[in-house]
Amino acid sequence: MLSGLRRGWVMFRENVAMALDNILKNKVRSFLTLLGIMIGVMAVITLISTVSGVSGTISSSFSGMGVGTLTVSVSGSDLKTGMTPEDLSDIAALDSVDGVVPSVSLNGRVSYGSDVQSGITVSGRNAYYFSLNEDMILHGRALNFIDDDNSSYVCVISQNMVDEFFLGVNPIGETLYVSGLPFLVVGRYEEDSGGGVASIFSSSPDVLIPYTTAMKVNNSDEVTSFTVYLKEGADSSAAQEEIENEMDILFDFEEDCYTVSSMETIEETMNTMTSMMSSLLAGIASIALLVGGIGIMNMMLTTVTERTAEIGLKKALGAVPGQIQMQFLMESFLLSMIGGLLGVIFGLGLSYGLCKVLGTSFVFNSGAVLLGVGFSAAVGIVFGWAPARKASRLNPIDALRAV
Amino acid sequence: MADEIFFRMTNIDKIYPLEGENVHALKRVSLSLDEGEYLSVLGPSGSGKTTLMNIIGCLDTPTSGTYILRGREVEDLDEQELAQLRNREIGFIFQNSQLLPRLTARKNVEMPLIYAGIRPRERRARAEAMLERVGLKDRMDHLPNQLSGGQQQRVAIARAMVSNPSILLADEPTGALDQKTGAQIMDLFRELNEEKRTVIMITHDLKIAAHARRVVHIIDGEISEGGMPHAEWPA
Repeated sequence: MLSGLRRGWVMFRENVAMALDNILKNKVRSFLTLLGIMIGVMAVITLISTVSGVSGTISSSFSGMGVGTLTVSVSGSDLKTGMTPEDLSDIAALDSVDGVVPSVSLNGRVSYGSDVQSGITVSGRNAYYFSLNEDMILHGRALNFIDDDNSSYVCVISQNMVDEFFLGVNPIGETLYVSGLPFLVVGRYEEDSGGGVASIFSSSPDVLIPYTTAMKVNNSDEVTSFTVYLKEGADSSAAQEEIENEMDILFDFEEDCYTVSSMETIEETMNTMTSMMSSLLAGIASIALLVGGIGIMNMMLTTVTERTAEIGLKKALGAVPGQIQMQFLMESFLLSMIGGLLGVIFGLGLSYGLCKVLGTSFVFNSGAVLLGVGFSAAVGIVFGWAPARKASRLNPIDALRAV
Repeated sequence: MADEIFFRMTNIDKIYPLEGENVHALKRVSLSLDEGEYLSVLGPSGSGKTTLMNIIGCLDTPTSGTYILRGREVEDLDEQELAQLRNREIGFIFQNSQLLPRLTARKNVEMPLIYAGIRPRERRARAEAMLERVGLKDRMDHLPNQLSGGQQQRVAIARAMVSNPSILLADEPTGALDQKTGAQIMDLFRELNEEKRTVIMITHDLKIAAHARRVVHIIDGEISEGGMPHAEWPA
């Protein structure tokens, strides 16, 4: 038993030494062969790390901004296509609800004097929105209840707008034309600096006007999208139920008139999407590993043919088939592992660089590293098996003759 | 163990298919050997001497007949057992010394001990002792291509002896050497035999065979014991 272990250990060390020697003997060929595995593992690591970095950033910014809010979008029924201001008041009056912010978007052209710009986002909000974000107004005043009630033609503009239209001019008191209607600029606000990837999903508009005015400009008296702010400490799912009950009453229990989504559910959807994306990308990358494995098999078959005489000699000197097989298996295993480790190193470097470029935080994904290393080990053994077996089964008499 | 049969072949036949026909390479070969003998198997090419060598060397098994080596019946062994038997009992010396080109002389000699599972330190000591014995004390760290043909063959002989086998089995050991170097190698074999090592020399060369104390002839797969033959065979 003990001597068997000792023999195994002696053989193992010799096999590692012989395998490394043979790998180093054909440096170029070995490198080209392990390149396939390297690229495969690099792709796996890079894709998984980058995707998990991006999704980590997204979810952290979501949880940062989304606590205590529910988003409602209304598709409406045939009888009732949206929410009136009175309906919104009903929602705002619910026990768990602190307030409601409607969002009415306009896609008109915006002009100041002879300066015309399209593609500027204009959105209608209410006074409650500004009371939530008291610090956002840098100059002038916020929109208030009186503006809402009177549907006043006033607006507050973003710093971005100031740069576009009012370079060197104090914008407050100037008149801005939205869809041909004059709006008095009463304030200037700072855009949400949350930024990053999350801003794609919640980009703040350039011009804010009272939502009642926005509805008037749109020729509509209904709101189809709004955000509900819950009271502090209110339970999100209980609140969601309460809102849904109220919405059912408003829409006369018709089905599919609205959706209420919390940030948690959006985040969950995002997570499902990113994990699906990860596995898809990993699937593609494993094709690269498969190709790399075939490369290893090809090289090992060539090696076995080239070293027929060596195999014959070793068998004549007393190597049993298992020892020959282990020697070649060790060679393909080490070749693949070297490729895999290089792939891990380059993959981590590449994903670190990508995360820096994308502005997301780099997350060291140990699962991806384990996957890469495990995969390359498996590839080395699986694709080295047949060549090693071929070597071990060579007839020593024929093999010796092949000098 | 005193009664253990050292080497006995009885009625060995070897038939193998070649291009659709059965070649009867060995016919009822019987041969016995005592420990410490020096035997030449002399025969022209195609006489079956390579087949006989493969069977003596446990690289191949006979179609019928019995072969006992150190008390073990070789004909029933499987591939793994044959390999282990070769490792312990047979020291091969080939015509072209068959050294591994990327290994030093010492490492080449260590090779059979690796497969025997001997620890590195002991391997090294035994390999060095053997290389010293064949007169290559100062060439241990040379690669085969840094050695002359005669020196390479000496390394091969050291490798054959390092595991202390029952039989040194040499196949035309001087075939690739010039006459002078060949003679030195033959001297070495004689010395080794005088040190009680059993030597079997396979050759087609009368002069080489004449070094042995006992010669058997093989022609057309049949073996005949005898003194020195009078006719010369073509190579």
